[in-house]
Amino acid sequence: MRLTISAIAMACTIGAASAQNLTMAVGAPVTSLDPHFHQLSPNNAVAGMIFDRLVNTDAQARNVPGLAESWSAVAPDTWEFRLRRGVRFHNGSEFTADDVAFTFGRVPNVPNSPSSFAGFVRPITRIEVVDSHTIRFTTNGPYPLLPQDLSNVYILDRETHANATTEQFNAGPMAVGTGPFRMIRHANGDRIELERNDNYFGEPPAFARVNYRMITNDSARAAALLAGDVDVIDQVPTADLARLRTDPRVTLAETVGLRIIYLSVDHMREDSSPFITDNDGRPLARNPMKDVRVRRALSMAIDRNAITSRVMEGSATPAGQFLPPGIFGHVPDLGPPAFDPEGARRLLAEAGFPQGFRVTLHGPNDRYPNDGRIIQAIGQMWTRVGVRTAVEAQTWTTFVARAGRAEFSAFLIGWGSNPDGSHPLRNLIACQSRERGWGNSNRGRYCNEAMDTRLMEAMRTLDNGARERELIALQRLIFDDQAIIPLHIQTNIWAARRGFVVTPRADELSLAQSVRPAVAR
Amino acid sequence: MLIYLLRRIMQSGFVLVAMSLLVFLGVYAVGDPIEILISPDADQIEKERAIQALGLDLPLWQQYLVFVGKALQGDLGRSFVFNEPAIQLILQRMPATLELAFGSMFLSILIGLPLGLYAGLRPNGAISKGIMAGSILGFSLPTFWVGLMLIMVFAVQLGWLPSTGRGDTAMLFGISWSFLTGDGLSHILLPAINLALFKISLVIRLTRAGVRETMLMDYVKFARAKGLSPFRVTFVHVFKNILIPVVTVVGLELGGTIAFSVVTESVFAWPGMGKLIIDSINVLDRPVIVAYLMMIVLMFIVINLLVDIVYTVLDPRVRLEAKA
Repeated sequence: MRLTISAIAMACTIGAASAQNLTMAVGAPVTSLDPHFHQLSPNNAVAGMIFDRLVNTDAQARNVPGLAESWSAVAPDTWEFRLRRGVRFHNGSEFTADDVAFTFGRVPNVPNSPSSFAGFVRPITRIEVVDSHTIRFTTNGPYPLLPQDLSNVYILDRETHANATTEQFNAGPMAVGTGPFRMIRHANGDRIELERNDNYFGEPPAFARVNYRMITNDSARAAALLAGDVDVIDQVPTADLARLRTDPRVTLAETVGLRIIYLSVDHMREDSSPFITDNDGRPLARNPMKDVRVRRALSMAIDRNAITSRVMEGSATPAGQFLPPGIFGHVPDLGPPAFDPEGARRLLAEAGFPQGFRVTLHGPNDRYPNDGRIIQAIGQMWTRVGVRTAVEAQTWTTFVARAGRAEFSAFLIGWGSNPDGSHPLRNLIACQSRERGWGNSNRGRYCNEAMDTRLMEAMRTLDNGARERELIALQRLIFDDQAIIPLHIQTNIWAARRGFVVTPRADELSLAQSVRPAVAR
Repeated sequence: MLIYLLRRIMQSGFVLVAMSLLVFLGVYAVGDPIEILISPDADQIEKERAIQALGLDLPLWQQYLVFVGKALQGDLGRSFVFNEPAIQLILQRMPATLELAFGSMFLSILIGLPLGLYAGLRPNGAISKGIMAGSILGFSLPTFWVGLMLIMVFAVQLGWLPSTGRGDTAMLFGISWSFLTGDGLSHILLPAINLALFKISLVIRLTRAGVRETMLMDYVKFARAKGLSPFRVTFVHVFKNILIPVVTVVGLELGGTIAFSVVTESVFAWPGMGKLIIDSINVLDRPVIVAYLMMIVLMFIVINLLVDIVYTVLDPRVRLEAKA
């Protein structure tokens, strides 16, 4: 009898111990624990566990109070943030407005940063610490996006981090924040061990210890889950989806993401485009992509449902615009263009290409899920309406450099949006402009000055309702002009072993605080 | 011997310089690191700052001179994505790769030599034929597939061994090693077998061929005629003589294993140098790629030298002066 009891007691302790620990495996390597060194999703995910921002974001990518309890524009060009009291860093140091001022001073000055966070604090021309827990930012004219921008900046402590180097963050001693977890150990490229911060100001995380592992090989990550070595994985490979959906040991957590996969075409060249010829292989006198009818025809020729259901195994939603429903700036009732090969042929004939033409469709083959297979499918669909398409997929490292130099006539690429309609408009559609800082990923070189002028005005409109109406109108305008050809919005998928529940996040970040034990049945 | 060594070292220096130039030019020709590393919504100002911060604003020859200048002081550059010295990153990952490589070499000798010896002594037996057929599989099955199958069978289906990672480590000489703990050993077993498979087959075939050739030699016949026991003939007269090709190949294979265990390391999420280099190539982390290749060149030079020296120990007829 005594034996039974002790056996049960032991079983309980083991059960309790395992419920205290979480092992999760992510597919992208984390390269630095310095939250201001490299603006990169996997790094941001780890920063999101150790550090906090003034404005945090919830699973649906909405701004929620973080280290700031509330914020408002006290003048057209001044934002005031009222900070949370009683928050302490992991080392006991108190969080005050002065730490915010220190952080914003450090952000643009991290040595050797390959992609800094400086752009998020650049709109700020003056920082005024009103009292220990109130801070004001003056911007150059009205700037409604400041809270959104600041949801990207992780707050450090002046006392702790005054001369902290990236190496000290990576090694551990400086990875000290206010976040739900504190860092225990960092084995570069292998795993990060975390411990619950019991003094966290927000909802306490469910697990006392977290082992955050990096398994970059898709099959190995899925196998580690099935073998029970890890409890949760992200970036579930689409090839395994069908099997995992029916596996009783595993539950999937899915949500529509913010990453759109689209085709971009050459808007830059008036005359011949490098990868477009007539049916005999001679260069054309004019670039057909400059004709909106051709662009519309190419969009109508694509069977998006076939791509999302067959190639993507249901892990994407056909799209006719940048953002999914529920995000600021989503255009109501702008669905994906209907699949209409007959209409596409008619439009091509109307545009003066009754026999079509030849084009090479480029794309990466190792960047987005099934990217190489998607362009193969589209190549066939275009060929069916008379645009004889050759497909060339290449590795991302070569592809992106060439796409950036506008070397292609048509190519597939993706874009992860911030949850604000102006973000894709500014970066993908606006004319390239150093002075405005716009058009940075406008690799097709679409340019519409009228749209830019209106966008400029919208970006200075503090009234959210009026701004959203204008952003919606602008998106209708550019999709009517078929500036890009949207294909689908990816679904973000996590898989968890039975006993674990993941709250899927629209922003793709894999956070340990998104995982909870399942309620016992 | 001394003159020979000096000459070899000079040759090695020349090879290193030539390789540095080739590697630098080759890496430079691939893609644009800024396009890969920078956030897609970064503006022109930020892009220009990043280009300057990473030293990519200089013309190629200046970048090379900067690299050579620093390399002479033992600094092979700073990783773009980790912001740590490339050499330090590689050395951090080296123990994991070394223990995996030596583990697989150990397995290949432990399994390959006896099987090869047996197959050589009884070339027509059914077991020998089975061994030789199996070695064909070892040669021809792709490593990544075998790796995934090992995981599927032993980790997912049977649940005997962990699927990925290094497991618990213990410290020795200030470095973490997996082979010192039971948990670590269970983690290293599958990747080591995966990596050893090809080498086991190689050792089997080399040993068998060597034994069959040596058995026909006059001195073996003489030893037998003298009435020496078959055990002594096999393990003293035959065995010692077949070791030379085996040592050469295993030595070179060891270099290859350390340098290019990329596939096994990614399949088993083994945090070694192979995984570092493949991750670095994916993000065009040029300093790490260059530093890694330079270290590999150096390692091959050293291994070849060591193999030459081991020859002289195994076979007194080999004189290094004569060979050079």
